[in-house]
Amino acid sequence: MKVLRDTWLVFERYLTVLLRNPAWMIIGVLQPVLYLVLFAPLLKSLASTRGFPAGGAYNVFVPGLLIQLGLFGASGVGFGLIAELRAGVIERFRVTPVSRFALLLGRAMRDILTLLVQSLVLLLLSIAFGLQPTVPGVIIMLALVALIGLGMSSLAYTAALALKNEDSYAPLVFTLSLPLLLLSGVLLPLSLAPDWLQHVAQANPLSYAVTAARDLFNGHGGDPDVAKGLAVMSGIALVGVLVGARSFNRAIA
Amino acid sequence: MIHTRGLRRTFTTRHATVEAVKGVDLDIAEGEIFGFLGPNGAGKTTTLRMLSTLLPPTGGTATVAGADLLREPAKVRLHIGYVSQVGSSFAELTGRMELEMQGRIYGMSKAHARSRAAELLTSLEIDDAADRATKTYSGGQKRRLDVGIGLMHRPQLLFLDEPTTGLDPQSRARMWEEVRKLRRAGTTVFLTTHYLEEADALCDRVAIIDHGRIVSEGTPDELKRQVAGDVIVIGVDGAAAQVLQLLQAQSFVREANLEDGSLRLCVDRGETAMPQILRLFDNAGIELGSLSLHRPSLDDVFLQQTGRSLRDAA
Ligand SMILES: Nc1ncnc2c1ncn2[C@@H]1O[C@H](COP(=O)(O)OP(=O)(O)OP(=O)(O)O)[C@@H](O)[C@H]1O
Ligand SMILES: [Mg+2]
Repeated sequence: MKVLRDTWLVFERYLTVLLRNPAWMIIGVLQPVLYLVLFAPLLKSLASTRGFPAGGAYNVFVPGLLIQLGLFGASGVGFGLIAELRAGVIERFRVTPVSRFALLLGRAMRDILTLLVQSLVLLLLSIAFGLQPTVPGVIIMLALVALIGLGMSSLAYTAALALKNEDSYAPLVFTLSLPLLLLSGVLLPLSLAPDWLQHVAQANPLSYAVTAARDLFNGHGGDPDVAKGLAVMSGIALVGVLVGARSFNRAIA
Repeated sequence: MIHTRGLRRTFTTRHATVEAVKGVDLDIAEGEIFGFLGPNGAGKTTTLRMLSTLLPPTGGTATVAGADLLREPAKVRLHIGYVSQVGSSFAELTGRMELEMQGRIYGMSKAHARSRAAELLTSLEIDDAADRATKTYSGGQKRRLDVGIGLMHRPQLLFLDEPTTGLDPQSRARMWEEVRKLRRAGTTVFLTTHYLEEADALCDRVAIIDHGRIVSEGTPDELKRQVAGDVIVIGVDGAAAQVLQLLQAQSFVREANLEDGSLRLCVDRGETAMPQILRLFDNAGIELGSLSLHRPSLDDVFLQQTGRSLRDAA
């Protein structure tokens, strides 16, 4: 099928770009690693606080880190697209019969692959620090990360195509991602938060992913929250892909 | 190959509306090299982007490579190549990778794309740079790669938006040679340029566009003839006034003046007037000092049509 073939071609292209300059991939994983090494130990003493979820500091913290990795990793992908927009590469593709879905999906697949590799690195390191995951937990967790990657990078590409330059893209990404992050309970569980903050957080789709991720690592894999998290992220991914493919199709005036 | 009627495009921004293209009618035949000559902001790129399916027109109709632009853009895309003004290659990838990817997009097998890319790299003389990232390319190499990317699938029609802007004279000459090769192969080329010499040297037909309108159109020679025919300057030693009188009596001379001791004649066609003048002087036994033919340039055409010099406008 043409869409699949084209998606593969686009994926191959951006994988090549990534492999020729893997610095971003390393920088992307460096941040969560620093959190793991320099911040997570602080939580050990907090783990006995009232309201702190059971399961130990790492089983609570690492799932959040993985979600954060997904959010930050995907939100930066727009920069590369803007560089290509400026170089005329996007117009060049739009003159060809290449599938517009493929232009988005091929890129997003590369982003997902990046996230999965980074997540595995982080997971292995976390296990060395004392994380005790289950195999099904890890697999579903990776699926969750992939969905976040698909949704977030599609939205990031949409924003990049709309804004067309780094000067407006960068502020947008940074202003949006920080509150999204804080309101998702990534760093500290929202069970520690006052009521009003918990209510606000409920409006943040990412908080469902974090809740699902923690359940997965705390042996509550069967909890309905996990399905809820997966469903919410699938919804975001679907919207992201539809909106993103439309942007690639529309005239970049 | 291209037919447009009333093609127009208006951009609406927050602060203003810009009528970039205000109703353009074009008829470009198969195998032709057609040039769009105009200053900055004339609407050249906007027209090309509309014809290559990148930008929806605000009004008008067009058929491109046998397909209706508005109803069958996908069909148009199969037959055209487009080399944008800003380029088309990605800095981190090599020229060969870019070419092969382009071929694969058009459905070529890996092997086919590889051999076609190798062929283009050789014919465009960028073999040496083929496996380097394009960010290391010289301006001329990069531009030739852009053309190669546009040619990868052997389109019937190639759009070239300012193929030689920013190139040194040597690279420009090589680019011209590439374009002439395309004509020999039967490809129709629609190019834009700021350069009069380029339109003159390369194009079978030229349209001069200014402020979104075509102000003049024809072969370079036709356009130049529109201005005032050719100018012949004759140097005579003595009896200039007598010679002037003689020349003014000739029917092929539209106008004759004496300027700084030389005679300046305006004629319709220099190449037929020159032998007539020689014969005239010979019969009358007049000594001829010098004789030279001056052709009006496309710049003169632009000046006449718009009241501005193209060099000032650009
Ligand atoms: N996306 C856009 N939004 C608003 N105005 C635009 C847009 N693109 C082009 N224009 C305007 O339309 C007019 C024609 O632009 P165009 O790029 O077609 O000119 P051009 O002939 O290609 O010029 P140049 O020789 O500088 O490349 C200009 O006034 C330009 O500012
Ligand atoms: Mg232009």
